[in-house]
Amino acid sequence: MEHHGHTPTTTGLDNRKVAIWAFIGSECMLFASLISTYLIYKGRSVKGPFPHEVCSPPVCDTVMKPILNIPVTSASTFVLLVSSLAMVLALAAVENADQPKHTLGEKILGNSKLWLFMTALLGTTFLGFQAFEFTSFVHEGLTIRTNLFGSSFFTLTGFHGAHVTAGVLWLLTLLAIDIRRGLKPKDALIVDIAALYWHFVDVVWIAIFTLVYLIH
Amino acid sequence: MATTAAAPPYVSTHEASNTGIWSWLTTVDHKRIGALYLVTALTFFMIGGFEAEIIRAQLMHPNGTLVSADTYNQLFTMHGTTMIFLAVMPLSAAFFNFLIPLQIGARDVAFPRLNAFSYWVYLFGGLFINASWLIGAAPNGGWFGYAPLTTMQFNPGLNIDFWVIGLQILGVSSLAAAFNFITTIINMRAPGMQLMRMPMFTWMAFIVQFLLILAFPVITIALVFLQFDRFFGTQFYELAAGADPLLWQHLFWIFGHPEVYILILPAFGLVSEVLPTFSGKPLFGYPVMVYSGMLIAFLGFGVWAHHMFAVGMGPIADSVFGVTTLLIGIPTGVKIFNWIFTMWGGNVRFTVACKFAIALLALFTIGGISGVMHASPPADLQQTDSYFIVAHFHYVLFGGSMMGIFAGIYYYFPKITGRFLSEKLGNWHFWLTFIGMNLTFFPMHFSGLAGMPRRIYRYDAGQGFDVYNLISSYGAYLLGFATLLFVWNFIRSWRKGAKAGHNPWNAPSLEWSLPSPPPDYNFAAIPTVTSRYPLWDHKGNVVDYHDGDQVKSAKELGIPMPLSTIKPLFTALFMTLMFAGLLFIHKHNWPMAYTFMFGGAAGMVISLYSWLLSPLE
Repeated sequence: MEHHGHTPTTTGLDNRKVAIWAFIGSECMLFASLISTYLIYKGRSVKGPFPHEVCSPPVCDTVMKPILNIPVTSASTFVLLVSSLAMVLALAAVENADQPKHTLGEKILGNSKLWLFMTALLGTTFLGFQAFEFTSFVHEGLTIRTNLFGSSFFTLTGFHGAHVTAGVLWLLTLLAIDIRRGLKPKDALIVDIAALYWHFVDVVWIAIFTLVYLIH
Repeated sequence: MATTAAAPPYVSTHEASNTGIWSWLTTVDHKRIGALYLVTALTFFMIGGFEAEIIRAQLMHPNGTLVSADTYNQLFTMHGTTMIFLAVMPLSAAFFNFLIPLQIGARDVAFPRLNAFSYWVYLFGGLFINASWLIGAAPNGGWFGYAPLTTMQFNPGLNIDFWVIGLQILGVSSLAAAFNFITTIINMRAPGMQLMRMPMFTWMAFIVQFLLILAFPVITIALVFLQFDRFFGTQFYELAAGADPLLWQHLFWIFGHPEVYILILPAFGLVSEVLPTFSGKPLFGYPVMVYSGMLIAFLGFGVWAHHMFAVGMGPIADSVFGVTTLLIGIPTGVKIFNWIFTMWGGNVRFTVACKFAIALLALFTIGGISGVMHASPPADLQQTDSYFIVAHFHYVLFGGSMMGIFAGIYYYFPKITGRFLSEKLGNWHFWLTFIGMNLTFFPMHFSGLAGMPRRIYRYDAGQGFDVYNLISSYGAYLLGFATLLFVWNFIRSWRKGAKAGHNPWNAPSLEWSLPSPPPDYNFAAIPTVTSRYPLWDHKGNVVDYHDGDQVKSAKELGIPMPLSTIKPLFTALFMTLMFAGLLFIHKHNWPMAYTFMFGGAAGMVISLYSWLLSPLE
């Protein structure tokens, strides 16, 4: 959508920016419902595998280790956090697209295509970690149908993963626009909105990582 | 300005693109979208009403034989679902669409194409959920769809799948519209239109949008769990796997109770427009009306478990939810008294719109008082799941929401169409509705207290229910007849009603400064607002932008208008097809499921990109 400057808004903010905040408010309730359900069902599964506890016969057929792999997920969490940094740099690069760049450092920092690409790449890497995690869980005997933990875990993290996927597609769309015609400071808003969404998805992951993975 | 005089003889400058079916399919004008909502929602209101008439025919006498138990379950489920999601909410949305931009002095909503999208999603969602009748598998688990009763184990048909998927589709419509209206009200007010100068309808609409964006995600998740349980074998509602049998009830009512205020607050807003106009006095206690609306919405998120007293949550939870429920009666009572004080000492003109507004005060109060009765857990244990509850919520939903909406329709019809609804037919409609409504629902208090349970398809004679049911059924027929009169009035007046001028009721707010119907750009010049009642302050002194007898076109005035586009319709259509594909999973018809889901998703993405990359104006 192109922005036409002929109607000043009441708050001075662009309509799209107000709308994305309302959307994020709504999304908070979506994830709050998912996370609450996960927490309510924590410890209620009648059979393993369990997130943090060892499961032995007779509850499980064999001895099962705690299934959550905290070191690997810490790495993927780090990747997602770094992607937010790349997003900030991408926005800054678009805002300063008109500034002359002399040094190599300025050229790298001011390259919006690079940082949009990096953000999308890091997001995709996070999704790769998630795909790895999901497959290894399935191999260890935990599917979405196994127990309440499986149902609530896969649904919660799957919803988050779907949000990351939507974000990656959004970033790639911006990258395509940038490659085709170059994003200028006047386009900063559309990058800003994508960034708000991206940071939100990142913040939700911090909540999930803390509540699902770290707290026993 | 001339107020009740004949309409100014202006000639509206319809261009070729403003007529014909194609113009309605591609419109992005909030007023036309409002009209689409109005007509569609009234049609669904008729369908939901027809379902109610069959229910009353079945229950008219003991041991009714008109329909089977299974059909009866489908009828009461679809009656509730239709009235709530396809009639009352979209009727409110019709007014949000038509009025919000006019009342705040804007040319359109913030996102005109998203607005069109919301309407088409609503239409397709409504058609989808009603398509279940065609294969004889309409939803049958009640409008509340309690799981685990609605899981595959206990309800293996397609019925619940239609319901789950249909509500997901309708949720998209409500959420998209809510983001749009929130942005519109926050960001598109005319100069001087401070928040505390906004007309009360816009205020209530504003509050409702927040309820929508916060409540709908919760039912979305509850429905996703149910969908996953039914289709993919998850165990969210599987008791044998250790699931909490109350999970659904909690999630549903965290949505469901705010939903009650989503249904009633717009009607409160409409009445707050109607009563000051016909009393010739400003709304009594304007700030208190705003704050009590906010308080109702806030408390509305803290009372959900009063729907669940009978499940045995324990004394602490029962007490807390009982008290919060009693508390919410206070701001509601404040509103009732403020409306009475608005009329007090005024020169009340008893038009049909005014009568419906006064009827809301009376009938909603009855429903409110019975609501306070079952805020008390011990009393509720006697009343829950009985016809007493049916009486209660019909007094607040029919006596409240629908009376307010009828008041709004009679009041705003001249602005929407340029013509009056017939007051003569309207008076018949009002009195027959008022009598019919009380005949139908008042006896339900007694049949309920006598022990008649809800959702039963027949009852034995001699239990003390017979006469009450007979009266209720006659009342329902009267109500049906009254509604037919209204439909006749509506259709006839749209083409042949007496012409209305700018401000036929001598009303105070901005929308009445415009021609009836307003031109597509609304305001030729964006007004500057200096008070809550701009037309009353400047009576006889309204800025009139008429140039002779002709309303100028947007082109002549140099106002950029959003382009008509079919893309929101296609996006909505493909999205509905994508959702519809889920139905095939039920039959394990994976090729069809994939075709619909991936085809629909691809079509949706293409339409969406094409929409977002094409310029608005």
